Amino acid sequence: MSLYNEIGGEAAVNAAVDIFYRKVLKDDRIKHFFDGIDMAKQAAKQKAFLTLAFGGPNSYSGADMRKGHAHLVAKGLNDSHFDAVMENLGATLTELNVPANLIAQAAAIAESTRKDVLGK
Amino acid sequence: MPKITYGGQSFECGDHSVLECLTAQGISVPHSCRSGVCQTCMMQAVQGSVPQQAQNRIKPTLAAQNYFLACVCHPEQDIEVILPETSEIMVKATVSGIEHLNADILGIRLKPSQPFPYKAGQFINFYKDHETARCYSLASVPALDDDLHLNVRKIPGGLVSGWISENLKAGDKVTISQASGECFYVPGDAAQNILLIATGSGLAPLYGILRDALLNGHHGRIKLYHGSYSSAGFYLVDELRELAQSHANFRYVPCVSHEEAGDGFTQQGMVLDVALRDNPSLSGWRVFLCGNPDMVSAGKREAYLSGAGINDIYADPF
Repeated sequence: MSLYNEIGGEAAVNAAVDIFYRKVLKDDRIKHFFDGIDMAKQAAKQKAFLTLAFGGPNSYSGADMRKGHAHLVAKGLNDSHFDAVMENLGATLTELNVPANLIAQAAAIAESTRKDVLGK
Repeated sequence: MPKITYGGQSFECGDHSVLECLTAQGISVPHSCRSGVCQTCMMQAVQGSVPQQAQNRIKPTLAAQNYFLACVCHPEQDIEVILPETSEIMVKATVSGIEHLNADILGIRLKPSQPFPYKAGQFINFYKDHETARCYSLASVPALDDDLHLNVRKIPGGLVSGWISENLKAGDKVTISQASGECFYVPGDAAQNILLIATGSGLAPLYGILRDALLNGHHGRIKLYHGSYSSAGFYLVDELRELAQSHANFRYVPCVSHEEAGDGFTQQGMVLDVALRDNPSLSGWRVFLCGNPDMVSAGKREAYLSGAGINDIYADPF
């Protein structure tokens, strides 16, 4: 069984987006990156990100990740902000009672995007 | 095999998605995840209908206007598609009435020269000349009002609002665009609670949405908070009080931010603060925000953090 199905598929992603995006918007370390953006579009992107982290269907390439975050890197996006997002992801999955071994797998997938997201 | 028409050309799409079909023809369609999630590839069907699967995850007000996600759309019939906001069709209209709603806001009534489909709460472009236009939301309801109603606030030095307030008179012919926007009432969940928050002439679309919801038999609670610097800024007060008297589920709350609220009816404070204080949990609510851009932007965020779903928060982009 894939990680995506084990976590609970699209329903689990929807539940996770609701919790995750609220955590991100309340997080003083990173919330300023989300000022003035279209929230519905951003929530859809968060969902795409979580689908990716859960090993679900997606076609994101490293180049997409670089391009999509370049304007934020120009505004100072760095490792500390990526760490904050990873922390919110872990807290979200813990809140949803996802078993620790699955959280670790999802975190590893999310972690694999770090270099592209930060344009390194 | 269904055909896709785009920009006057038709293509056989076979088993491919609309996105695959168009990009294979060298047509540039913005896209990203290619999995029906990120919504970057949203398009609109102007002829024919798309499978429901292509609309499952988008806002109900967008689905109602035949928007869809091109990457997961496998047409079952011929369709004609456009990229959003690539077409604006002009309509002639006659000014049928002008009245003062308060010292700053004019009520303008327009009679379009042709059938004019719209939903209460959508907006139009109002043209002063062929290159100068401003967006105004519609306060009217198609099933209740014969004309289109606009609430125009006179902005000091405003090109279009100044022209409207100084030059426009009944009988004048003007040019407007078709109605657009995704801030309107969709029937179907009549028990859902609705929160409406406006400042100034942002009341216009919410007055339309409110009456549309009541007309559709909405029976969940509906609460309208209207913010103004002073009590002189309120308008449609009698109409709103009457609606509150005739509908037990509707409550009207005017809020003043820069003077004392002395009448025991008006609340004192910034309208967003008052509305959120009165309704600390918005889980399951539908929320509409119109008016001052800072209020709208903060309101979207605060409504979401108070529990409203992202697809249940509506605001216009201006």
